[in-house]
Amino acid sequence: MSITSSHAAPGTLRFQLAEFWAYFSANRGALTGLLFVSAMLIIAVLAPLFAPHDPAIQNRAAFLIPPVWHAEGTWNYILGTDAVGRDILSRLIYGARYSLSVGALVVLLSMTVGIFLGLLAGYFRGWIETLITRVMDVVLSFPSLLLALGLVTVLSPGLTSAMIAIAVVQLPYFVRLTRAAVISEKDREYVTASRLAGAGHGRLMFNTLLPNCMAPLIVQATLSFSTAILDIAALGFLGMGVQPPTPEWGAMLANAREFMGSAYWVVTFPGLVILSTVLMINLMGDGLRDALDPKMKRS
Amino acid sequence: MLKFILVKLAQLIPTFIGVTIVAFSFIRLLPGDPIILLAGERGISPERYAQLSAELGFDRPLVVQYWDFLSGLLQGDLGTSLVTHTRVVDEFFSRFPATVELSLVALLIAVIIGLPAGVIAATRRGSWIDHGVMGVSLTGYSMPIFWWGLLAIMLFSSTLGWTPVSGRISYLYFVDSVTGFLTIDTLLAGNWDAFWSALHHLILPAIVLGTIPMAVIARQTRSSMLEVQGEDYVRTARAKGLSNFRVVMVHTLRNALITVVTVIGLQVGLLLSGAILTETIFSWPGIGKWMVDAITRRDYAAVQGALVLIALIIMLINLLVDIAYGVINPRIRH
Repeated sequence: MSITSSHAAPGTLRFQLAEFWAYFSANRGALTGLLFVSAMLIIAVLAPLFAPHDPAIQNRAAFLIPPVWHAEGTWNYILGTDAVGRDILSRLIYGARYSLSVGALVVLLSMTVGIFLGLLAGYFRGWIETLITRVMDVVLSFPSLLLALGLVTVLSPGLTSAMIAIAVVQLPYFVRLTRAAVISEKDREYVTASRLAGAGHGRLMFNTLLPNCMAPLIVQATLSFSTAILDIAALGFLGMGVQPPTPEWGAMLANAREFMGSAYWVVTFPGLVILSTVLMINLMGDGLRDALDPKMKRS
Repeated sequence: MLKFILVKLAQLIPTFIGVTIVAFSFIRLLPGDPIILLAGERGISPERYAQLSAELGFDRPLVVQYWDFLSGLLQGDLGTSLVTHTRVVDEFFSRFPATVELSLVALLIAVIIGLPAGVIAATRRGSWIDHGVMGVSLTGYSMPIFWWGLLAIMLFSSTLGWTPVSGRISYLYFVDSVTGFLTIDTLLAGNWDAFWSALHHLILPAIVLGTIPMAVIARQTRSSMLEVQGEDYVRTARAKGLSNFRVVMVHTLRNALITVVTVIGLQVGLLLSGAILTETIFSWPGIGKWMVDAITRRDYAAVQGALVLIALIIMLINLLVDIAYGVINPRIRH
């Protein structure tokens, strides 16, 4: 495949970015995902501008109003209202703030800690590697949702504990990937050259090795991002995550359960939003993987 | 081969000790005193507090408590539930078959649909079938299954009335427990009506639980097939003039299955995570629902015991997957 913007010299960051973009933008699914996620981000940040109502205001005259396309629906509540008369669309828009920021913070937290531990394990090997990999094996021995549930109980249910719990559950994947990448890169010439030039442990780990191990980590970060959104919703659904009346998508579903026989919209829309957000992030992740995976590129 | 298995077993020991430490710390790390939490809003007298503390062993040093926990565990004793006062092991294994039955049927559905879908997508790479299969499986992979379960209940149970909303079998039937799997027990009893009732209750939660594994299996089968398709021996097989069916089924699929089998084995943890949500939604009387109930009722002895047992089961299944992988693919034994 030819690279369109070839005015940058090979090997430079600019060239790599251009090459990456050429592959990524050729993938329609990935582009759709990127656009969707960007739009979601904008909506989440500017939620007060987009939301037609205050997500917490209960309109006593408007309990369980159906969406606008029903005879009883009104344009005032496009996606209808819930059992206490709150606008569903507005709650979904504000809910994006929680899901996206939790996802981002979880990834940031577990990626930072995971990279650090993985670098230590892969670089120093020996007992420190054994210790770190064994601890990660322990984390992986529990079903992730069960461990997250247990951790949330210990830390007392709420947004922060849910976030920490999900970050812990995601940690082993980052540690394993970093460790494996470091081990395969460690004996390359450029690392040896850097060491001979007098680079210390810290410089070798963070400046020399880490940038060359980033590709799989970026892909894992998008995967973790979507998993975190699913997990925070699952915890909210089980009553262990974000507490009501916060408009979080999973918690909205938990509240809606008893009305699913009579008012399908209170159940349908929060789930549809979770599904499409996760789906779009995964599409983006697939595109990232294909664009970053050198094995597929050269073939 | 024996050496390979022994080494793998030995590697499990430190992990298992770690698991017991996590489960043991769980009850001690909780905010608040478990005995006061247990007493609830009525409060507790100092004498009763001391008595309970001694009964539960909380008055002894942590190391001694851990040792008791570990030695109890090795003798198959995980303590008694703080709420129901029955042995945790008994409570666990009375519900375990329900979860296994649900998970096995879910996995079966996932393999029956996911595997052929992956093969077809790989052989018709780039066609609309391929795009369709991949689109559906990416959607399944992204599915919040608690919502998926609610939708399924709304459509098939409430609106169409095809399947029951919750439980394992109709209250009209009582079947002696032989295997603990109601579909098998009812057949053994020769009670066809009860069998249909059990199957009716099982099918919807199994489909919901099987959705994500199905998507993972379809994706993995497709990508392994594509990888193997480029190998020399597949080209040789084609050059020999073998039929397309034979090349796909015998030469490609069989080798692609190595990674697929591993992936199927690794679904077990995912299935148990999914079982927690599926069982809660369908009121399925298995381990997942029991754990959620135990956590909300603050029955820490039950949570602690179940954590250890579940982790042990996952570790053993992963070991079996490793061994199976070693059998199929001798290269990794060394």
